[in-house]
Amino acid sequence: MVDWQPAAKLETLRTRARMLQSTRAFFSTRDVLEVDTPLLSAAATTDVHLESFATVYRGPGAAKGRVLYLHTSPEFAMKRLLAADSGAIYQLCKTFRQGETGAQHNPEFTMLEWYRPHYDTTALMDEVEEYLTTVLGEHISLAPTERLTYAEAFKRFAALDNVHTADVARLRTCAREREISDVPGLGEDRDVWLDLLMSHVVQPMLGQHGPSLVYDYPASQAALARVRSGPPDIAERFELFINGIELANGFHELTDAAEQRRRFASDRARRQQRGLRDVPMDEHLLAALESGLPPCAGVALGFDRLVMLATGARSISEVMAFPLERA
Amino acid sequence: MATYGTNDWKPGLKVMHDGYPCTIIENEMVKPGKGQAFNRVKLRNLKTGRVLEKTFKANDSLEGADVVDTDMQYLYSDGEVWNFMHPETFEQMGADAQAVGDAAKWLKEQDMCIMTLYNGVPMAVTPPNTVVLRVVETDPGLRGDTAGGGGKPAKLETGAVVRVPLFIENGELLKVDTRTGEYIGRVKE
Repeated sequence: MVDWQPAAKLETLRTRARMLQSTRAFFSTRDVLEVDTPLLSAAATTDVHLESFATVYRGPGAAKGRVLYLHTSPEFAMKRLLAADSGAIYQLCKTFRQGETGAQHNPEFTMLEWYRPHYDTTALMDEVEEYLTTVLGEHISLAPTERLTYAEAFKRFAALDNVHTADVARLRTCAREREISDVPGLGEDRDVWLDLLMSHVVQPMLGQHGPSLVYDYPASQAALARVRSGPPDIAERFELFINGIELANGFHELTDAAEQRRRFASDRARRQQRGLRDVPMDEHLLAALESGLPPCAGVALGFDRLVMLATGARSISEVMAFPLERA
Repeated sequence: MATYGTNDWKPGLKVMHDGYPCTIIENEMVKPGKGQAFNRVKLRNLKTGRVLEKTFKANDSLEGADVVDTDMQYLYSDGEVWNFMHPETFEQMGADAQAVGDAAKWLKEQDMCIMTLYNGVPMAVTPPNTVVLRVVETDPGLRGDTAGGGGKPAKLETGAVVRVPLFIENGELLKVDTRTGEYIGRVKE
């Protein structure tokens, strides 16, 4: 017999609904505009660690079919609104990421993303804390939030001084000392070693006594964040962790169109090297940046993981009506 | 043998790792929002029984292991070779002490068990989860003591020694859990 029933308890779905309501109330009282951008886009993310679902539109204007991609975050469309002087905006939407299923992943999930013109990472981290107090604080007691830099986190939890200047040999030794068995095929890619140590050694220790905000990431992991010149060069990026789980990622947004184009092109070159699908870069976004994106900061938060924390769920499927296996 | 990528690694899949046949116990995806995805995997080495935790890059792959479980009937042992027979083909197969391992002390002639073949050669023998065996040696029973707080050792016909309640007598049939080596109860003849 087919299991047609929801995976989440109805009580959990009620908590989820209350959290959606208080999220909207939170932004409404702050005059942040709710927006609703398309899930299907002509362009995809070029990020080498993200794969977009692709589909084909056939119909008027596309008799032979036109490839469209489901977004992996509403970032590009929201930045186009910002460039059109929308002011502060937020969005609650479904987001799609190919290949991601696990205790904390479902290929289709709900994301809360918001942008604040003229904020920097510090100001936006303040607002993330206020959001947590308001929306999560209704359901569980939250200890005060701790802030630490990426370098401090590595020093404290991986006993690694100066992560920003550590070479691959040093990172490999650190992994060995921490009893991570040798992972095959990591090679000399420094960022992969950083990701290994972050996800296996540092992250499990983060947010164990109240939320942790980690900021000032390596420039090589800037993604769409601004880079502050060093040495060492630092990406103005932050992430939020609670109970060792990554909840949100924020940027002081890159506004330089030429630099954005260079990063897209470099991503595409890396995709080609790794034999990943080539995807078109978002020319709409680049044109918007050329026209002028106001200085701003933005953050994306995994809403389902927030519901997991509020309800004490151990798996993301416990907070979704119909996760992948029942979709 | 086929090659399996991280997405194929489900509990029970038999793969080769570091030259040993292993079975996947757990496969957890670890994926930062921005960054490299990994698979954190628990494997059981089928030769040594050891469980190891390993991390792999997502989309890495391992070669499949030619490991097959078959139901076999235990026939007899001469102390060096334990002989088994396939219940349908009647094909006989001998396993050495290393392959039989701890299962030896639970094996009674005619009982069914699971034999694990690696490249066609017996690698391990798993007895049934519960077996019924006769007590051949234990201290005299204490009548009236049915609660039996302490218990006493009892040697069974296959050589296994289990802790039993004080009222158990020589010659009785007992049901025993082979996974824990614990006494479950008496069996009426």
